[in-house]
Amino acid sequence: MQKRHKHRFSFMVFLRSFFRVFKFAFKNIYRNKGFALAALLMMIIFLGTVTSLIFFQELAKYLISQLRERIDITAYFKEDTPEEEILKIRDELLKMFPEVRAISYISKEEALLFFRQRHQGSEILEKALREIGENPFLPSLNIITGGDPSQYEEISKMLESSSFAKFIQKVDFSQKKEVIEKVYSFTQLITRIGSVIGIILVIISLLVVFNTIKLAVDVSKDEIEIMKMVGASRWFIRGPFVIEGIVYGIIAALFCFGISWIAVYFTSPFFSVISGGFNFWAYLLNHWQLIILIQMGLGVTLGTISGFLVIKKYL
Amino acid sequence: MGSSIIIKVENVSKIYYPAITALRNVSFEIEEGEFVSIVGKSGAGKTTLARLILALDEPSSGRVYFKGIDLNLANEQEIQDLRRTVGAIYQDYRLFNKKTVFENLSYLLEVAGISEREIKKRVFDVLDLMGLTDKSDNFPFQLSSGEQQRLAIARALVISPQVIIADEPTGNLDPYHTHEVISLLKKMNEEGKTVILLTHNREIVNRVKKRVITLVEGKVIRDEKEGKFII
Repeated sequence: MQKRHKHRFSFMVFLRSFFRVFKFAFKNIYRNKGFALAALLMMIIFLGTVTSLIFFQELAKYLISQLRERIDITAYFKEDTPEEEILKIRDELLKMFPEVRAISYISKEEALLFFRQRHQGSEILEKALREIGENPFLPSLNIITGGDPSQYEEISKMLESSSFAKFIQKVDFSQKKEVIEKVYSFTQLITRIGSVIGIILVIISLLVVFNTIKLAVDVSKDEIEIMKMVGASRWFIRGPFVIEGIVYGIIAALFCFGISWIAVYFTSPFFSVISGGFNFWAYLLNHWQLIILIQMGLGVTLGTISGFLVIKKYL
Repeated sequence: MGSSIIIKVENVSKIYYPAITALRNVSFEIEEGEFVSIVGKSGAGKTTLARLILALDEPSSGRVYFKGIDLNLANEQEIQDLRRTVGAIYQDYRLFNKKTVFENLSYLLEVAGISEREIKKRVFDVLDLMGLTDKSDNFPFQLSSGEQQRLAIARALVISPQVIIADEPTGNLDPYHTHEVISLLKKMNEEGKTVILLTHNREIVNRVKKRVITLVEGKVIRDEKEGKFII
């Protein structure tokens, strides 16, 4: 009976202490409005940087995929290859190479049609075609992968050496190899530069937020010392700082989301024009849950970690 | 160690970096319910001794025991319990500047998990005793030096401590309040609390007529039952 009473008593003490930690945190925020504002601003800048990076990362991905989709290889088949065989080979390739994005079959008639459309009005070419007398084009498969030259090389080798080889006239990989490699390494470079800039920006913003919170704790150094002197436990001292950090994180995330919404709404048409079709607004509408989750998660994590780490020095 | 001995200081020396010797091989024991004045000029090592007893510092050599616990080996919980049972009055007050007078006192009780109703009662009782009731919503910087000192004393008393360590508790008080504070400490002692008074005020030590430990340049040069301030 006495044991149960003691248990209930300690639970009550725990509950009281828990609520007191919250009370101290909110009182601190209220009494240090200037600092609270500065901390919020820093957090908003940090979350804003991360959000911008998410959007620009998506934009970069879009532009790179646009660029990579312009590079392809074509496998030309012997004139007498039946269409069913070519389509079988196409299905086989799609099965064997999951990284292949698209394979389109172009019959010799379609090839001729495309050629004529492309060179409409060219008398010389029309004359040349008439002189040949028959359709000089070969049926082909146009293959697009993720842009990696090694993938193209692998497909090309496979086509030229497997059981399909008897149908193949030629694969134009060797002619396009240099261009494919250049485009691929250029887009790789852009991705890397983007990532490095992103990491640097995130680190700078993190340091700014961390230092702002450190400054606040440094100001409270004496207070923390007195708390220890009167027998406050570590978590009773640390708790309010951590909760303060979390509150700043949540508020900053909400603010940042609102700002992102407005900013994207107004700038989306502009970016859509200069990016060649990428729609920020549509991206936000499709991914807003993920974006607010990232902002909230980062804000809360950063607030918690800052509160924990910075105060560690004085405990 | 006998059960009535609450504090034991054994061959304690304290050297601050690089070479300031604050205490030299100090030893004494304090029994429960005793009133002990530790006297000495400024820089004699009184505050260092108080810090060691409160486990705010560690001795360079020797040992300090509180209720039989070696403070060098005490765990975090034991240190917290010690600080919650000792009412400490610091020379520089060590008040929470961002908390009101009421909160300066209530914080100690909140740390101990005491209920709001009990906190309110105890804080106002002590504020009443120290004549600070009407200042309960003020911040320390809005108080006079004497009021700040009384607040520091109130904070030591609010936890109903078993031991009171008072480091120059009357330094900024007028004669009337000095008399009040000393009477209060004597009354606490008569109620069974152990009082350790660290001071360089000759007059109050001689008036108390209790045990006096005299420190000179970090060494105990005298320890007398009904001693006097003689340096």
